[in-house]
Amino acid sequence: MADDIAIKVDNVSKTFKLPHEKQSSLKGVLISRVRGGNRSYESQEVLRNVSFEIKKGEFFAIVGRNGSGKSTLLKMLAGIYNPTKGSIQVEGKLTPFIELGVGFNPELTGRENVFLNGALLGFSRKEMEGMYDNIVSFAELGRFMDQKLKNYSSGMQVRLAFSIAIRANSDILLLDEVLAVGDAAFQQKCYNYFEELKARNQTVVFVSHDMGAVTRFCTRAIYIKNGDMILDGTPNDVADLYREENIATEQPKPTESNLDAAKKPSGFSVSTKLAKQTDSSVVIEVGYKSRQDETFVGISLIRDGKTFAEIVTNPEYALVGSGNLHYTVDTSLYNSGVYEVTAALFRRKNRELLAFTKRGSEFVIKGSDPMRGAAVKLADTWKYDKANTIKP
Amino acid sequence: MRQYFSKQNRTLLSELVRTDFKLRYQGSVLGYAWSLLRPLLLFVILYVVFVKFLKIGSDIQHYPVYLLLGIVVWNFFNEMTVQSLGSIVGRGDLIRKIRIPRWLIIVSTSISALINLGLNLVVVAFFMIINHVDVYRTLLFVPFLLLEVYLFALGVSLFLSAFFVKFRDIGYIWEVVLQAGFYLTPILYPLSMITSETLQKLILINPVAQAIQDIRYSAVTHQTLTIHNVFDGGWYVLIPFVIVIALLIGGITYFKSQADSFAENI
Repeated sequence: MADDIAIKVDNVSKTFKLPHEKQSSLKGVLISRVRGGNRSYESQEVLRNVSFEIKKGEFFAIVGRNGSGKSTLLKMLAGIYNPTKGSIQVEGKLTPFIELGVGFNPELTGRENVFLNGALLGFSRKEMEGMYDNIVSFAELGRFMDQKLKNYSSGMQVRLAFSIAIRANSDILLLDEVLAVGDAAFQQKCYNYFEELKARNQTVVFVSHDMGAVTRFCTRAIYIKNGDMILDGTPNDVADLYREENIATEQPKPTESNLDAAKKPSGFSVSTKLAKQTDSSVVIEVGYKSRQDETFVGISLIRDGKTFAEIVTNPEYALVGSGNLHYTVDTSLYNSGVYEVTAALFRRKNRELLAFTKRGSEFVIKGSDPMRGAAVKLADTWKYDKANTIKP
Repeated sequence: MRQYFSKQNRTLLSELVRTDFKLRYQGSVLGYAWSLLRPLLLFVILYVVFVKFLKIGSDIQHYPVYLLLGIVVWNFFNEMTVQSLGSIVGRGDLIRKIRIPRWLIIVSTSISALINLGLNLVVVAFFMIINHVDVYRTLLFVPFLLLEVYLFALGVSLFLSAFFVKFRDIGYIWEVVLQAGFYLTPILYPLSMITSETLQKLILINPVAQAIQDIRYSAVTHQTLTIHNVFDGGWYVLIPFVIVIALLIGGITYFKSQADSFAENI
């Protein structure tokens, strides 16, 4: 293995033997033997021929949808599972943690749990005593340390677990979904910690569904789909693929049935459909039914589920009867992200809401800096004082 | 060998044992005192029933202490194997999320049982003193005989705990085996009550029975029938030790072969 490689995964496959009906009793086993061999087992290949190398100092992301096999991969890296085929070589000490608060016991006090958790991380009692005060103050739990853990709120438990976990000083860190828990303030703490890890070139393997964090911290990423590694590239490419895959399979196409539920006065409906997407534009087809009343539609675009990109109503014509109209967006004006399109139908006379789409259609814009907070791309420039900056 | 007892493993082991002990008497008023009270109360019951009512063992010197010692050693074997049996499955949350040497879990359970044995032996020593039991030089053999029981229990525990991951029935089966073992071991009755010599021989092939008799011989009274008396010397006396070694090696081998897949099978 070359010097600069931290983890080398070579052609790894993992197959689980899944009993159809778990045979945990001798009787069950005897019966199934009598009925003819081990037919009750089904093997499920969770990972197929995955190969990659992680270099020292890389912040490496493993991305994939639920059930894609990424956690199994992480568990194999951690040595909890053994690969069925292939090999994994790890250079250096690796924190075995893939989850916060492993081994926490609700019947023990906070203090006792710190020492137990520390021992699992590989710290001696003496080392833990040295770090104890820091851990407690970082977790902001000073008053509660002599109470049993079962009396802690879940937020307090997570804070305590996190404060211990970040003391780990191994060569490689494995992090699985740490951001899935905790409030905004806790997430900010996590981000700060990640910044710190990145700054000191710590090797990190990170599994997450949070593409914001992946693109912000990671230097490389792989995408796993149904057990196959289908992309090994930049975090941006992988995040784009993840967003696309999510839309392609998870979002049902908005149909009439979606609308029926949302219908207000009967006989009116509105729907949206992604009609066409090119590199620079998106065409949305809006279908409407408005009896013989004069109506108009309103369209809203929301980026990443939180920022309004646009709210617009159709100008000029009033809509009558049923039909389609096409709304074209110049996507070169928008920053990258997932955009959701929803539409509503109003009566022209009094602006009464007649119908709206419960679930919109979505499209993805790729390419530009995902760190930009706003949806619309502003033409801006940066100027530096050359004396006080360096090129990274 | 060094890697097995690295600083990290030792720390982890001591934390696991500590946790075990803290949780054992969790919420009980008397707490650790139960470690001493339990064998004491059990002793009182057995003493009243077997010595006072049934008048068993009147021909053996210091029979109450003899009885208690047998019970304490048997309880150690019983406790260690039963606790170990469920320990791998019981720590499933740990095994599925962290890479720790699996055998550490068994060893930590066995250490908890050893600590309990130590406390119980304090009670035994106390009774030995108030019963004016003579101190023999053979007392020096006792630690080695206890080691034999420990290694036997360890071999059995390694096998059972690994087997339990796949077949939960073994928990019930082992309960029955232990119950049978309790009566097939001369704990409540003196071995001399069994008149058939063949049966005496068969009983003493069991390492726990052999060790209990030897410990009683060494610590309480030389009146105890041991494997030496029954077999009249010869290489037969080695049979229990061969069983212990075979089971220990078998247990370690089986445990090792299964340990890698514990995380998947639990």
